[in-house]
Amino acid sequence: MPTPSFRKTGVISLEELSTLNLLPPESRLKKGPVAVLECPEMIPCNICVPYCPTKAIKMEKLIDLPMVDWNKCTGCSVCVAVCPGLAAFVVDLSKEDGDYVTVPHEFLPAPKVGDEVTLLSRTGEKLGRGTVTRVWERNKTYVVTVKVPKGLGMEVRAIWVEK
Amino acid sequence: MIGKCSSCFMIVNGVPNTKTCREPVADGLVVERQRGWVSPPAEQVDLGNVENYEVETDVLVVGGGPSGLSAALKVAEYGYNVLVVDEHFRLGGQLLKQTHKFFGNVELFGGMRGFQIAEEYIKKIGSNEKIKTLTQSVVYGVFRGGVVGVSGKNAHYVVKPKAVIGSTGATERYLDFINNDLPGVIGAGGAQTIMNEYGVRPGDSALVVGSGNVGIIISYQLLQAGVRVKAVVEILPEVGGWFVHAAKIRRYGIPILLQHTLKAVYGNGKVSEAEVVAVDNNFNPVPGTEKRFEVDLVLLAIGLEPDNRFFAQCGAAMKWSPDLGGLVPLRTLDLETSVKNLYVAGDASGIEEATTAIIEGQIAALSIVSKLSDGSRASKAEEEMEKLIRFLWDEYRASPVLARARRGKQLVTVSREEMEKIRSVNPPPVSFG
Repeated sequence: MPTPSFRKTGVISLEELSTLNLLPPESRLKKGPVAVLECPEMIPCNICVPYCPTKAIKMEKLIDLPMVDWNKCTGCSVCVAVCPGLAAFVVDLSKEDGDYVTVPHEFLPAPKVGDEVTLLSRTGEKLGRGTVTRVWERNKTYVVTVKVPKGLGMEVRAIWVEK
Repeated sequence: MIGKCSSCFMIVNGVPNTKTCREPVADGLVVERQRGWVSPPAEQVDLGNVENYEVETDVLVVGGGPSGLSAALKVAEYGYNVLVVDEHFRLGGQLLKQTHKFFGNVELFGGMRGFQIAEEYIKKIGSNEKIKTLTQSVVYGVFRGGVVGVSGKNAHYVVKPKAVIGSTGATERYLDFINNDLPGVIGAGGAQTIMNEYGVRPGDSALVVGSGNVGIIISYQLLQAGVRVKAVVEILPEVGGWFVHAAKIRRYGIPILLQHTLKAVYGNGKVSEAEVVAVDNNFNPVPGTEKRFEVDLVLLAIGLEPDNRFFAQCGAAMKWSPDLGGLVPLRTLDLETSVKNLYVAGDASGIEEATTAIIEGQIAALSIVSKLSDGSRASKAEEEMEKLIRFLWDEYRASPVLARARRGKQLVTVSREEMEKIRSVNPPPVSFG
């Protein structure tokens, strides 16, 4: 099997996510917030499974990829908080005024609701500015929801708070 | 790696080659720089009164990291005495500086941060009367009759254990390049100690060599500490560490330069620039591809080597394993070496990771207590051990990201019958029990 390109770059494409059944279908994405678990390697980890409050994540063996039941997933973002790999995100493409992306954030100062922050892609490319709409914390990981320009919901994967 | 490299050697209170990374600050402490080889002090350094003790214990654990501490707790759980010896002034080993959340499952601390696991272990051990601990103490040798010498703070111990678990961990590898002795070049583990244990930022801008999990995780932690990470350099054509770790640093714009290596660092008295060069498929530098980075910190995260000194001195049969990072003792499935009642666990048994180290510590402990016990206690321990062995080999290590360590460990694991043969052909000079 050839080495997948994400192993060379540390960056995964939407096509690769889709091939691995890690991408919610278009119809589900348009309905409201939903988890996107960018977890393409069979690492020995199942932390998201017991923590999911709606039991939407399935894994038979410890090394399986997490399979989300998109209909059970409510986009609550608990997986974003607990994923040790910081590989869980929640995306909401259903709103008119913009896309909403929830990312894990482990830098200080902690972002606050209303902050204008820099939006970063999977490669660290600056994608413009967004507004923080929700922040909560669990064991030193901030779970931050940002409103981003329409169309960037599947691209923004981190934020940076300018000091 | 903590306190095991020589990067921080200084003269402390007249004693050369003191590892300052594990020397607590105290009033009146005299610290002097040392350059290169320093002769031993001409006069005897006054160490105060040294007390001598003889200690009998069921189990001696050499090294209080994840495998050693999990082993100690398991031994105590079955009602046996255990003595844990560690060089550092705090127990926990590498867990102390691991600020990232652990993978695995909830039963194995998955989701907790490494230092939180250490805190939990330390709390449990502190309240367990079966467990004695000696910190800032070094197991310096083993003697005929299975007697172990321990040099502690103003005390000397002669320990007679029924069994020993060697959970000695690993040391960091070093790399040859121009000016590699300039201050500013340090091991990734050393930087983690300075930064995560003591809260000191090790520099302003960094270049990290090696894209294994250690290199990528330290890059992320540097970023958290406010250090600019200019690049991670990797000699192989793919990222060494897990994808999720790599994705974490890529999002914040840290490039990973594949098929590149460090050629030199430059600076006046300390690092101010690092030069990297691309390599071809045979790892030869490609002239004309040199790039320079303005950095004051160059971190080496190019791999670890099992700390096998204790096993070597005991005369355990060893095998060279490139997959495991170096020379490791041969062992049975329950982790006993060719030295009777000497067990190996954690990175000393071959470089892997902390969760498998925790499991290995428990397996070694259970094998020992099943031998020390009889009746239902013995069969309970044996059952628990078998279950852990199956989980470790069939579930946890089934992961392709652990394939290399799994293969390595398979090649150094022998059956009990084979081990008996090795013992008869190559009888070790000591045994315990």
